[in-house]
Amino acid sequence: MMEQSKEPLLEVRDLRVDFRVPGGYATAIRGVDLTVGRGEVVGLVGESGSGKSISMMALLRLLPAAARVSGIARFDGVDLLSLSPRELSHIRGGRIGMIFQDPLTAFNPVLTIGAQIVEALQLHDRNLSGKAAWTRAVELLAEVAIPEPGRRVHQYPHEFSGGMRQRAMIAMAISNRPQLLIADEPTTALDVTVQAQILELLQRLREELNIGMIMITHDLGVVAGIADRVMVMYSGRVIERGQVDDVFYASRHPYTRGLLAALPKLDGAREALVGIAGTPPSLINRPAGCAFRPRCSHAEAVCATAEPPLLRAGQLESACYVSDRLSGMTP
Amino acid sequence: MNTVTIEARKDGRTKPGVIRRVLSLLAGLPPSVLFGGAIVLFWLVTALTVQFWPLHDPLALAGRRLQPPSADHWLGTDALGRDVLSRTLHGAIYSMPIATIVVLAGVVIGAALGAIAGYVGGKVDAAIMRLVDITVAFPPILLAMTITATLGPGIVNAAIAMIIVWWPIYARLMRAQVLEVKEREHVEAAIAGGAGHIRILGIHILPLCWAPILINATMDFGQVVLLAASLSFVGLGATPPTPEWGSMIYDGASRFYSWWIAFGPGMAILTLVLGFSFLGDGLRDYFDPKSQ
Repeated sequence: MMEQSKEPLLEVRDLRVDFRVPGGYATAIRGVDLTVGRGEVVGLVGESGSGKSISMMALLRLLPAAARVSGIARFDGVDLLSLSPRELSHIRGGRIGMIFQDPLTAFNPVLTIGAQIVEALQLHDRNLSGKAAWTRAVELLAEVAIPEPGRRVHQYPHEFSGGMRQRAMIAMAISNRPQLLIADEPTTALDVTVQAQILELLQRLREELNIGMIMITHDLGVVAGIADRVMVMYSGRVIERGQVDDVFYASRHPYTRGLLAALPKLDGAREALVGIAGTPPSLINRPAGCAFRPRCSHAEAVCATAEPPLLRAGQLESACYVSDRLSGMTP
Repeated sequence: MNTVTIEARKDGRTKPGVIRRVLSLLAGLPPSVLFGGAIVLFWLVTALTVQFWPLHDPLALAGRRLQPPSADHWLGTDALGRDVLSRTLHGAIYSMPIATIVVLAGVVIGAALGAIAGYVGGKVDAAIMRLVDITVAFPPILLAMTITATLGPGIVNAAIAMIIVWWPIYARLMRAQVLEVKEREHVEAAIAGGAGHIRILGIHILPLCWAPILINATMDFGQVVLLAASLSFVGLGATPPTPEWGSMIYDGASRFYSWWIAFGPGMAILTLVLGFSFLGDGLRDYFDPKSQ
């Protein structure tokens, strides 16, 4: 196994994010706890608007000024949320890399891929000469398995295919050998075969470079393929978390079970796709009690009283009052 | 890995000759760019070299006064007996630099303030844009006339007045561009990569904002020529005996039957404004991906 020190690489406690809106605050993140070990991959799953991306952007302080962020985020001994802008810019792109969903829009269209990687390198190493940086850029492209890196390095983003572009994005994200990689839906904009190649690449980098990763996705297949642990988010909270296998095979939360049931099956009879009825609650007027209650087919009177706490049961932590009753049933 | 780079750069496409590359670039441009560009180029060359052309002295008496066009005076002579063709061509010496200085200064001042307003936002944005609003609230020619009259007639003061009138257009354009581009994901990616404000604005935002400003500036060249002539026409720009197009037209306006006096400078302004319009219009088509 990889070297695993006692202190986790990233430890987030009680992360909260509010957005100032006309007439008050919209609470987007309501107390998220998260730990990522060195070389560990954590999958962050949930539907659109559940707060996956917002919580990661809050960690790197990429949110607009209208956002109010509180909590603790210890990354390798420093609190990300209280760093000065100068210290923060050393961490961003240096020790924490970020991969964006759409690699076309995430590159500057008027600069060559190489120029952008060189920029990333020189930003974090002022002593690096231009020549050395360009050599390094070619090496990085080779490292993410881009063919003919010496030629490709002089091309513009629009001359790359989607998959190659995402590889280049990854090359840029790992250019300064980060300890943590935040991947925001890295495969969503790609087709399935390319998806598999990108996941394979991330898996390999994680093993070779011992990078911790947070993989934001709404694709459960991606999580199953790469993550060690999974956190399922709903309406700004973590509602279930545990090892990948436990979440996939022994989920205790009706929402996670709903997500799993909604996966189309490739084998077996062709049947209508299953969904979860209803829509996620508004950020301003959440239902009292459990936020999932209005959509939950197992809701009871107790669910309306208070938000269910995240409780450990066996290998899993789930936030549900009725999960004991559910755990026997097949998802 | 080092060798990979070097080899790959060597076996890249060999560069074709400069002349062939320029020709193939010209062939790819819209006809209006070529047409407008040719007119503008003609006036540019005239402005630079007209002193060496075999013409009558634009300031000296060249023949009898108010002569209609003839073999000796292609565009006739004016009320003081000066050669109109020579004066018209010499007019380019004043009009071209004025237009260039006014547009360049307007672009630099306007784009800088607009970029700051769009990027910083908040109170800075409000302050700059209110200044813009105040300036554009006046009709341009009226404001330019007022400023020139206050500073005193003359080409330099007219240029200063026109810069004051012109910069807000570019400030608005630039601000709108920056507001749009700064929300793009590659800017967020640059922030996430640890880039600072100057780098983000200079490398990741501004290079994507120039196209509309370039197009507008090209078209504005013609408008500035026109405005400069207007100021001279009302006696606020170039002072006599300077062969400036606006003041030449003024000379001709009171002698309607000697039509040739105003004809030369009139055609000069017409062709130059038209040339810049064609050029700007063609460049817009060329830069707009939707029209290709």
